[in-house]
Amino acid sequence: MYQIGIDVGGTNTDAAILTGHEIIGWHKHVTTPDVTSGIVGALSGALLSTNIDRVSIDAVMIGTTHFTNAIVQRRDLSRVAVLRLCGPATHSLTPMVDWPPDLREIVDGYTVLLDGGSEFDGRPITPFNKSSVREACRRARDLGLVSVAVSSVFSPVNAEHELLAAEIIRSEIPGAAVSLSHEIGRLGMLQRENAAIMNACLHDIGKKTIAAFRQSMVDLGLQCPLYLAQNDGTLMSAHFAEKFPVFTFASGPTNSMRGAAFLSGLRDAIVVDIGGTTTDVGALTNGFPREASVEVQVGGVRTNFRMPDIFSFGLGGGSLVTGVGTTLQIGPISVGYDLATRGRVFGGDVLTTTDIVVASGRAELGEKSLVADLSQAFIDDTLAFMQKRVEDAIDQMKLSRDPAPVILVGGGSILINEQLAGTSHVERPLHYHVANAVGAAIAQISGEVDRVVSLSEISRDEALSVAKQEAWDKAIAAGADASTIKIVDVEDIPLAYLPSAATRIRVKVAGDLKL
Amino acid sequence: MNEWTLTELDLEYISLGAAILGTGGGGDVYSGKLRAWQQMRAGRRIRIISPDALQDDDLVISVGGIGAPTVGFEKFERGDECYRAMRAIEKAVGKNAVALMTDEIGGGNAIEPMIAAALADLPVVDVDGMGRAFPELQMNTFFIYGMLPSPCALCDEKGNTIVYTEAVSPLWMERLARASTIAMGCTAGMALPPITGKQIKAWGVKYTISQSWRLGEAVIRARAEKRDSVAAILKHEHGKLLFRGKVVDVKRWTTGGFARGKLEIDGFSDFQRRSLQIEFQNENLIASVDGIVVATAPDLICIVDSETGRPISTEETRYGLRIAVLGLPATPLFRTTEALAVVGPRAFGYDLDYQPLGDYVMPEPKVKP
Repeated sequence: MYQIGIDVGGTNTDAAILTGHEIIGWHKHVTTPDVTSGIVGALSGALLSTNIDRVSIDAVMIGTTHFTNAIVQRRDLSRVAVLRLCGPATHSLTPMVDWPPDLREIVDGYTVLLDGGSEFDGRPITPFNKSSVREACRRARDLGLVSVAVSSVFSPVNAEHELLAAEIIRSEIPGAAVSLSHEIGRLGMLQRENAAIMNACLHDIGKKTIAAFRQSMVDLGLQCPLYLAQNDGTLMSAHFAEKFPVFTFASGPTNSMRGAAFLSGLRDAIVVDIGGTTTDVGALTNGFPREASVEVQVGGVRTNFRMPDIFSFGLGGGSLVTGVGTTLQIGPISVGYDLATRGRVFGGDVLTTTDIVVASGRAELGEKSLVADLSQAFIDDTLAFMQKRVEDAIDQMKLSRDPAPVILVGGGSILINEQLAGTSHVERPLHYHVANAVGAAIAQISGEVDRVVSLSEISRDEALSVAKQEAWDKAIAAGADASTIKIVDVEDIPLAYLPSAATRIRVKVAGDLKL
Repeated sequence: MNEWTLTELDLEYISLGAAILGTGGGGDVYSGKLRAWQQMRAGRRIRIISPDALQDDDLVISVGGIGAPTVGFEKFERGDECYRAMRAIEKAVGKNAVALMTDEIGGGNAIEPMIAAALADLPVVDVDGMGRAFPELQMNTFFIYGMLPSPCALCDEKGNTIVYTEAVSPLWMERLARASTIAMGCTAGMALPPITGKQIKAWGVKYTISQSWRLGEAVIRARAEKRDSVAAILKHEHGKLLFRGKVVDVKRWTTGGFARGKLEIDGFSDFQRRSLQIEFQNENLIASVDGIVVATAPDLICIVDSETGRPISTEETRYGLRIAVLGLPATPLFRTTEALAVVGPRAFGYDLDYQPLGDYVMPEPKVKP
């Protein structure tokens, strides 16, 4: 049984081939503007590094920044019709109100506020109104819109109105692509609606990109299923990804953290991933990245996705080193993938962090004699500076004041040594330089429930077990192997100012992909 | 009468300053700011006037949001809840209001009256009843000094309006309003009993909108000029830097509908080898350094990001955050025996006497009569 993980990063596209817990082949290829040719390059390179039969590959998992970039660069986006089911509530802030005007201009096809929506306890705000939804659909159809986002107040508590609307949309708009907010985001109406609209505007590019991925696999003679990595470190099928391209956002840092956990065998640790341009530091709890508590912006839009809590700063193998003593500065400017031509040890004229590490004798790359002019004191100062910045970042991400284990991954991790303050031990596992691709290859399938429950009708224990069962069912429906499903996260937060004992329940389960 | 008409940038400053004065609670300011911007973009004006410009018998109505913040993130305002609540009070007393105000400048309710005022085309008075945030209705200077607890009005987004014609105490008013808010789906707009110009001049915490503006402006400017934003706050606030350090422990529990907890912070720079503890109940209430109490409610204990000056709420504090803790003196109106019975440490269940943090300096008004 073989699987191939691919991670499309800003600088490199990495591929790793795994069988069970063993990495048997890998390849790094420069990321290309079209993404797909970089993927093909990495895939074929990895396949060449082994001599396994392509027919025996069981699955390909891709982590890609393609859809995030489409939003950030406002490229190939579909126009969207937005139906909000809210009754009289929420009229003060209409859909896309907090979007950057240029993005809104491209995406906003038609927005309308209709009857429906729920209270926190599931009661309807106003009854669902079929004819008004039908009328809105006809209007959208006349405007030539096929991609429709639907958001209903408290749909994570009661999704009925969104589902009823979806039925009408499909019957009124031939070939409609429907994004329902309860399937995409969690509590927090505007942010969930934003996520649903972003998903809807990625409809065309989603279909095209997934088709291109499939075609590259066909070209390489791979006949196995294709999966895409999601931002929470789990997988979705290519078919599912066509409907939910938005779930690929921020899968990169997640993959490297999950890969670090896998390669080191640690489930609770700080992960330091040093690439060509930046260092990402995150915390693993129970094998999964800790999630950010603050809102995350994508292309200027506030969302409440399940994003990993990452502290990122400009230190990488290509970072420029300037000044000396008190004026010493490292990064954030980096030569990125030009390191191999512009770095001093490679015959270039730019002093980078990699040159310093080679000069110190800690790594062997390029031509050491080209940096023989650097003084030992300067080398020591620069190494200490980088070490200190990483130590400070680790300290910020730690979960308690106790020394924490640290996993170093990424090609740039040669910049620092294992003697890091505030750590219990530091590990740089084998294959640390392709941890992100490994993370994609081992990604699991998850199921999640997030809702507010009124405890006047149901006990807390009952509510929790109902939520667990639903999360479980969702994971199995998404392709998880039932025998491997474990609960990853259970949260039960009593709500302030609600004497009627309402509580917000979040349950997440994950299991291995059923191959 | 002089008026200060707010721009979108003014609102940006005021909402940031109000969040700092929220002392860890007070609710989100983002949605309010967006809604106020919407009003401006629709051509309506938000005008601020000085409390000193009011006639003694002028009617002013204080409005704000009530409910569970978590619900508000999902089912936010139709937009005219507070406006209708204000109109309901006018109808109940048979008199028109000349202006609106907030009873709580700390957090989201700093903005709510501005939205209602834009709809009513009335000004907002540069004053509040706390100079900060507190969790319950009765904890404002007006109720403490004898404003009658009724009539109050509550409006939901569906069009329901309740007018409470008689409540025997502010505490009862709070209790009744909470119960109705739940029936309304946990979010509502509320108008407090009518307040006169004379009461505002005697009992109001003055110029707190101006104060929020200056606070927010100072932080945003310091950030842009890459100066220390914490120093910029202190320069404006006559406050005290209680501590700089890193959060090393957070404990939380919920009792009686309040999010309670304790923070522990290890000092850095001038505070090395010292430890600060903060106790909170929605808002930060008690701060002690190495076991010695250095600040208590009603003085303001504000936590901001040590680098950016961004206010940090009690909900988002976690291990590793680098913070500065600022102590700002409370209004003298909160330092009397009768006020301390409602907002002093003992009112929150701490067996401590209030020790004033220093002299209160009245904020400089942005608009004069």
